[in-house]
Amino acid sequence: MKGTMSRSLRRLITDYGMVVVLLVLGGFFSILTIEDQSPVGAAAARDLMSQMRDLPGRSGGVLIVGRQSAEDAFLAALLEEELKSEGWEVFEVVLGEPPDARAVLQRAAQSGRTLGVIAGTQVTARWLVFSDVKTGFPGVGDPVVVEPRSYRWPNFLKRDNLINIANQIAVIAIVAIGMTMVIITAGIDLSVGSLIAFSAVLCCWVIREVGGALQASWLAMTLSCFGAILACGSVGAFTGGMITLMRIPPFIVTLGMMLVASGCAYILAQGQSVYQVPDAFVWLGRGADVFGIPNAVLLMGILYAGAHVLMSSTRIGRYLYAVGGNVEAARLSGVPVRRVLLFAYVASGLLAGLGGVIMASQLKSGSPTYGLMYELYVIAAVVVGGTSLSGGEGRMLGTLIGAFIIAVIQNGMNLMGIESYTQKVVLGAVILGAVCLDKLKQRDGK
Amino acid sequence: MPSPDMNQPRPLLEMRGVSKSFPGVQALQEVSLTLGRGEVLALLGENGAGKSTLMKILGGAHRPDAGEIRLDGDRVEMDSPHTAQALGIAVIYQEFNLVPGLNAVENIFLGREPVRAGFVRKGEERERARALFRRLEVAVDLDMPCRRLTVAQQQVVEIAKALSLNARAVVMDEPSATLTTREVEKLFALVRELQSQGIGVIYISHRLEEVFAIADRVTVLRDGRHVADRPVPGLTRAEIIRLMVGRDLKDEFPARQVRIGAPRLRVRHLCRGRQVRDVSFEVKAGEVLALTGLIGAGRTETARLIFGADRPESGEMELDGRRLAPRAPREAIASGVGFLPEDRKAQGLVLAHSVRENFGLPNLDWLCRRGFVRAEAEREAFGRFVSQLRIKVPHQEQRARNLSGGNQQKVVLAKWLARQCEVLIFDEPTRGVDVGAKFEIYQLINELAAQGKAILMISSELPEVLGMADRILVMHEGRITGEIRDVRGATQEDILELAVK
Repeated sequence: MKGTMSRSLRRLITDYGMVVVLLVLGGFFSILTIEDQSPVGAAAARDLMSQMRDLPGRSGGVLIVGRQSAEDAFLAALLEEELKSEGWEVFEVVLGEPPDARAVLQRAAQSGRTLGVIAGTQVTARWLVFSDVKTGFPGVGDPVVVEPRSYRWPNFLKRDNLINIANQIAVIAIVAIGMTMVIITAGIDLSVGSLIAFSAVLCCWVIREVGGALQASWLAMTLSCFGAILACGSVGAFTGGMITLMRIPPFIVTLGMMLVASGCAYILAQGQSVYQVPDAFVWLGRGADVFGIPNAVLLMGILYAGAHVLMSSTRIGRYLYAVGGNVEAARLSGVPVRRVLLFAYVASGLLAGLGGVIMASQLKSGSPTYGLMYELYVIAAVVVGGTSLSGGEGRMLGTLIGAFIIAVIQNGMNLMGIESYTQKVVLGAVILGAVCLDKLKQRDGK
Repeated sequence: MPSPDMNQPRPLLEMRGVSKSFPGVQALQEVSLTLGRGEVLALLGENGAGKSTLMKILGGAHRPDAGEIRLDGDRVEMDSPHTAQALGIAVIYQEFNLVPGLNAVENIFLGREPVRAGFVRKGEERERARALFRRLEVAVDLDMPCRRLTVAQQQVVEIAKALSLNARAVVMDEPSATLTTREVEKLFALVRELQSQGIGVIYISHRLEEVFAIADRVTVLRDGRHVADRPVPGLTRAEIIRLMVGRDLKDEFPARQVRIGAPRLRVRHLCRGRQVRDVSFEVKAGEVLALTGLIGAGRTETARLIFGADRPESGEMELDGRRLAPRAPREAIASGVGFLPEDRKAQGLVLAHSVRENFGLPNLDWLCRRGFVRAEAEREAFGRFVSQLRIKVPHQEQRARNLSGGNQQKVVLAKWLARQCEVLIFDEPTRGVDVGAKFEIYQLINELAAQGKAILMISSELPEVLGMADRILVMHEGRITGEIRDVRGATQEDILELAVK
């Protein structure tokens, strides 16, 4: 069984060798973005508690000081509750500016109560008023001032940043699912970028014109979104029909459809952005209902899982590979070639439509300028993910990794403050490099 | 290293101790070969014996792991096809290296066109090409794009190209595989012409009668090793087969109990263009019907109509009394027709995919449950055929590309056997297949016939037609020109008579 093991391991590396590239990039940006981080919220409360527990002798009350912000209020409430549950005496919670703190300290001095600890944030704990409480406010005692300790951690690896990366790539990654199918059949779909714009505009336009604009109901919004997605699916069906029935090369058909769809989006929106949608419309693009994971990212994950299963263990998946690998052999083996191709282009259209809807939801409007050049980013994700442009080979999860490689590069460079023109150059070079690496690896494998 | 005997002329070409391995396969082990000036050497061996690899090393397409190559006694490094060409070695591969859209002249001088100031000197090019064809004593239309030339003519273009490169040694990898008997004779004349000009020829073929007709000496490989080097005079056919296979093959064609039943496949007045004209026949249960004739006679085209790969303009077909009018191969397959195409690589297999996936392709209807492939069932079913057909594959995930011709054909066969087809059409079932595997394929055809299937076998190899068929149909220019019912009493001449009528 050892042979099987090493073979499947090799297969894994060949299929998903780009994981290594992704990890290297992640590590690279992690190292470059290490900075002092000040804890906030629950983490800050935990750190303050542990510092106070370590204080020698526990006497007097605790004064909690924060500024007037939701974040500080959250920290103060959490800390107060923790302290009380551990038997500390909380003297007072101050949310305000230094004069407010001074007033409280004066009151404490007058009432003759001693303070043991002043717990603040990294900002409030350093206020001048706390620098020498003992002499400034005699009678209060000599309270210890504690603040959350800062630690070193890469900006890149912060939870918010990681979620941000996933959120930003969700549209491209979702559209790339359909593109992977199309490219595996040895085709190409250049229309997806325009379809994103068309779908975004169409769905917002329907909400505005038919669904009741700002007062649109959930049902109306859902129907508009599905309508836009289905419209893109039927564009895909038309594309597939032209390719299979008229035998026009996919490049030409989808180039034509790219222009048609983009033009339609401009006509429909009259060249402007359609933004008369209700606030609830952003649920799909900005909401995060499960464990703080954005809904769009969750949807992306579900779609990839489904697409992976489809490609690796269903009949239609096999057929997609077979048609791309050798269309004549597939036909003579009884594969319904036309239907398979139609499936790929319809899937690509539907997913581009979904991408458009997500984008509209993220930006709370539909504009015909959305999705510009997205077809190229999507194709780049697919190719970087190891799918061969000549068809028959490629993995769905490879595409996901490819999309993440692109997102990580963009995000990392943003964090490092590299300007967007330079970013383009670097991104292009990395795409070429990744594909070269893949070719070299293949050559070794043969 | 000095020559051991100074009186003996040094051979034109020597390969010594050549070894080559690919991941998981030792393709060649310490193989040696010599070729004299004006000598025709037949390189023999079953598929997978290493002939093609050896020739690719000679042609500079592969680098050997060990061993040396000497030309006129001087050691040479064949590091690229270009070097090999420059040293005067021309390899004519089975798949020609011609650009289909260019004509003969353009192909011959491709990459080394005579130019002046950046312009191709067409007149000179043409004159030189004409001279080459005169030297070969054949006429080829110089203006026709190569894709429209016949296979035999394309081969002539390849040979002309080799001559134009001042080749000293020419390797021909199964040059006769796609030629008709008449064309093979012309090819032999060409080979003799090369021989008389002092050019050494390495001739690879599975047709032993050709070896006796043309070769001076044979070198036999088996499993990547050199097993024999003999002069042809005094050698017998049986001896060669024994050397190649490593055992005796009593008969080339296995015997079979023939029990012919009721007609199963009926074809009436089938027409399509100029290639299929009013073709009618029937195939009975348990019968092997051979369809033969020259290349381009319309045999494959007829088969494609039955299989739904093309649509007939008129005519009717019936299978077991039910109308058969497939609009696509899928429909023909569903009705129980199976088709093994003549060009395995282009039509039979998805080369970049695993043998298991290739096997599964036409069988996914019964290997699937609710759209999901039952991977375990597939593996098991294919495993059964691997052992039953003795397919040599290291594992089921092996890419089809890496198999030898015989094993590839067995994989294609497994695809259709698993479907339990009622009618099986074999188009050149043993082309490019070695002697041992040929016998096994014949046995399988016989077994299928014994099960009451109807077998239509298209073949250009007349011994095969005579050895296997219960009945022979001969086609010529799209029509059926004759039927031979008494196969035992028939000769190759009888068939040829009908084929050119």
